[in-house]
Amino acid sequence: MNSRFKHTDPIVVSMGPHHPSMHGVLRLVVVPQGENVIDCKPILGYLHRGMEKIAENRTIVQYLPYVTRWDYLATMFTEAVTVNAPEKLANIQIPERASYIRIIMLELSRVASHLLWLGPFLADIGAQTPFFYIFREREMIYDLFEAATGMRMMHNYFRIGGVAADLPYGWVDKCLDFCQYCLPKIYEYERLITRNPIFLKRVKGVGFISRQEAINWGLSGPCLRASGVQWDLRKIDHYECYDKIDWQIKWQTEGDSLARYLVRIDEMKESINIIQQALKLLPGGPYENLEGRRIAQEKGRMNWNSFNYQFVGKKSSPTVKLPRQEHYVRVEAPKGELGVFLIGDDSVFPWRFKIRPPGFANLQILPQLLKGMKLADIMTILGSIDIIMGEVDR
Amino acid sequence: SSSFDVSNWSRLASLWPLLYGTSCCFIEFASLIGSRFDFDRYGLVPRSSPRQADLIVTAGTITMKMAPSLVRLYEQMPEPKYVIAMGACTITGGMFSTDSYSTVRGVDKLIPVDIHLPGCPPKPEAIIDAVTKLRKKIAQESFEERTFRPTRTKYPNLSSPHRFVSIVNTKKYKKKLETQ
Repeated sequence: MNSRFKHTDPIVVSMGPHHPSMHGVLRLVVVPQGENVIDCKPILGYLHRGMEKIAENRTIVQYLPYVTRWDYLATMFTEAVTVNAPEKLANIQIPERASYIRIIMLELSRVASHLLWLGPFLADIGAQTPFFYIFREREMIYDLFEAATGMRMMHNYFRIGGVAADLPYGWVDKCLDFCQYCLPKIYEYERLITRNPIFLKRVKGVGFISRQEAINWGLSGPCLRASGVQWDLRKIDHYECYDKIDWQIKWQTEGDSLARYLVRIDEMKESINIIQQALKLLPGGPYENLEGRRIAQEKGRMNWNSFNYQFVGKKSSPTVKLPRQEHYVRVEAPKGELGVFLIGDDSVFPWRFKIRPPGFANLQILPQLLKGMKLADIMTILGSIDIIMGEVDR
Repeated sequence: SSSFDVSNWSRLASLWPLLYGTSCCFIEFASLIGSRFDFDRYGLVPRSSPRQADLIVTAGTITMKMAPSLVRLYEQMPEPKYVIAMGACTITGGMFSTDSYSTVRGVDKLIPVDIHLPGCPPKPEAIIDAVTKLRKKIAQESFEERTFRPTRTKYPNLSSPHRFVSIVNTKKYKKKLETQ
């Protein structure tokens, strides 16, 4: 029986841009021999929309709606990095209330992203039910976002100098209620999934990345932390007010898909913890200070309470002129290190807006991980790396 | 009622969409599968293979690299098939219509579209509204049209509130106004 299959030529299968798992438009050209995968080549570019070129013709405030379309599961992180880039370049400080609001929004977005990673990951393995469970929590997060920002997904919420609008009345209580509701649900996921023998058989030992390999390939995020490297940009860069909150980096040592799954589940619990602490520490004060500074500067010239402007309800955000410098800012997105390299040109448009997406760097390790695996492990490994094509292709 | 009411009803009550999505609109489409906005109650069961689907909701930006794949998927679907162009990116190119060098400005350059659904992304309630309007459109189909369906034809709603008004420009203006 074995000798007949030894002489089969490997065939080339294109798992084309449209496939049933919800990982976006990624084309994998796989060379299987029987059930084993010999080689695999990912082909990208099916969603390349020219985001970096569009950025060269937009001011930062005009570009903010575009950035949420990079990583459309965790939209606050893309906005945070786009707004941090000019803030660090032009050295603009933000008020403390804005910093805490940003932390709350970022951690809610992290929970939302990990939830929507969990659903398709398990659906690819074969368990369709958690998909419905995660949408239950994710809809609650969407409701919170819609109350604060106006949109379920593509909130245009962050501004240079703070956030666009303050939290509505009662939002803090609703968010605390959500945290108290969500934490037992995460434990429920753990009870249902983590000790399930079928799940463990599919996921344990599959897609092993050693510690040295993870550093060499330039991975970041849960892929790196699951291989034993305690690298979390929130602790390293000390950005926003994360230092005032008591939280730990979650990491594992095994480096297989099960370790990446455990890291993300633990990160969800830790994010709920951070949100609860930040809500209790939320100070009063302004939520954005560029507008106030501009009004203070133009006190003599413009009369904002005169007949022409007294009914203007919508504040226009001031346009920031980017100095002729270059700078790289990064945030710890749920998928890894999301970075923006901004070269300013002493005008309102950036000269070069280079995006460093975490999915693009993390996807490079996929061919090496798949060599020698079975066909059924392709989706497990691809799901555990957690890519999203909007940011991989930009 | 006519003989094709039964066939129209059987098609509109069980539209099976293709589980297709490129970008952010797909997440809103996927939340329709969830339990808050359940689209199984309209008869929509998402199918992965185009051979088994009769509705394609183009959710997400279509780039020039993805366009042949989308057209191939549309051609693989068996007749009768319907298309909902979801989101601003598939109607006119959306936010990428000015400066992007690789986005297709509107999916109706590639495949004939029945319903255009605006939004960026449209809320799941809006997608359900589009499905409802598509059902109403299917209910008005007749057998003679089935053999010949011209592309890019706009089917106006039969009970439209607009009245046809003739041109008001009678060219008989007062001379005083013309000289001013």
